[in-house]
Amino acid sequence: MRPFAYEAAADADGAVAALARGTAAARYLGGGTNLVDLMRLGVEQPELLVDVTRLAHGAIEPLDGGGLRIGAEVRNSDCAADRAVRERFPVLAQALLAGASGQLRNLATTAGNLLQRTRCAYFQDVSKPCNKRAVGSGCPAIEGDHRNLAILGHSEACVATHPSDMAVALAALGARVVVRGPGGERTIAMPGLHRLPGDEPERDTVLEHGDLITAVEVPGLPWATRSRYRKVRDRASFAFAVVSVAAALDVDEAGGTVRDARLALGGVAHVPWRALAAEDALRGAPATRESFEAAAEAELAAAEPLRDNAFKVSLAHNLIVRTLLELAGA
Amino acid sequence: MQPVMTEIALTVNGREARLAVDTRTSLLDLLREHLDLAGAKKGCDHGQCGSCTVLVDGRRANACLALAVAHQGAEITTVEGLAGGEELHPLQQSFVDHDAFQCGYCTPGQLCSGVAALAEARAGWPSAVTADLAADAVALDAAEIRERMSGNICRCGAYPGIVAAVAEQAAR
Repeated sequence: MRPFAYEAAADADGAVAALARGTAAARYLGGGTNLVDLMRLGVEQPELLVDVTRLAHGAIEPLDGGGLRIGAEVRNSDCAADRAVRERFPVLAQALLAGASGQLRNLATTAGNLLQRTRCAYFQDVSKPCNKRAVGSGCPAIEGDHRNLAILGHSEACVATHPSDMAVALAALGARVVVRGPGGERTIAMPGLHRLPGDEPERDTVLEHGDLITAVEVPGLPWATRSRYRKVRDRASFAFAVVSVAAALDVDEAGGTVRDARLALGGVAHVPWRALAAEDALRGAPATRESFEAAAEAELAAAEPLRDNAFKVSLAHNLIVRTLLELAGA
Repeated sequence: MQPVMTEIALTVNGREARLAVDTRTSLLDLLREHLDLAGAKKGCDHGQCGSCTVLVDGRRANACLALAVAHQGAEITTVEGLAGGEELHPLQQSFVDHDAFQCGYCTPGQLCSGVAALAEARAGWPSAVTADLAADAVALDAAEIRERMSGNICRCGAYPGIVAAVAEQAAR
């Protein structure tokens, strides 16, 4: 690991100012569960770390209309255990609990979870080319080990996936990310924080250097009490998603018609994938297996699987249908 | 860039420690290399095996991914701090009684993780296998214990004993 300077910021403005004094290789430090690992691997080589875990962004507060404002430094374990999160947005609590391990969730922060990097093996191995890590060096994953990489929205430059579970739930819930930058404060609606790789795979998000996430606002959605996160992985626990689904379903009292739906997929793209085509297909449709099958097909028609991950298309299809059936029967 | 040294003060197993370390020093290396507390183990050094698990302000954490410099003022408990003198911590005694280890390398991490997992369940924290997220109380059956302890790998495969040991303490 390269030497680095360390500074603990006292507030958001102080953190933004401290980072601005550093070079382009300065980084904010949250729980460190991804960044410190990447520093050890040589993928990240910051000269300055600005610790942003003591900025008083550690609370979960109610918003008008039933929403919640989750501070950027709230630890993943505290967010998952929060009574209001569990009751209002079960899909978010489940997504958090499906990620990592108990001891990692105690360290990992809300903002850090959103900004974690892909676990593509080539990205994490500095002896290999990778367009995301070393611009223009190539993408060995396209011909190599890509069983668990993207089936949607990838490019010739990059087929990596975003690893977060939490972000998939937040994308489904239309959360807003509050960002403080050198130019002031702004909000970014999920899933718009993350971006598809295109020909700039080195950019995971739309954030600029120096931008600091201070909170995530989840707008009120009364029917999100009927929501669920389902994750398929290679072992029963403590593994990244092969495919995951975050879903919320609003069915009329008679149980016959879908009034509204929220759906997002994880493990399939460079971004938490909001399934808008499926949501459109569901709205106004009967709450039946046939409708759910049609919605899954509408979304996955755009899938372009790689040589070894075509199984993810049918897996995503089945997971969408099964999750919606569970919610319809709840 | 030259190595950057920083003064750190924190409490480890009830004793205050004050020392200057390189900013790159992990909490794990601080414990093992600077404070001669070799209980917490360096298995993978990537947060994947859990053998470095310690308690930070009472909560379990991977000491290998925690930078020491980011833990000013923290209260750390390692496996050396679990027992009260010659008196084993109850979970340590359960590990002995249930053959919850063979080589013992992962055991310090398993013990710290288990102590914290029991506390989390007592606080009503749900897990990925908890059926009712809204419930106030969680019963630690084998599935719950396995899920909650999944961040600690045991290459000897002593899992049945570990589950039995944690279950024994959960029942008390």
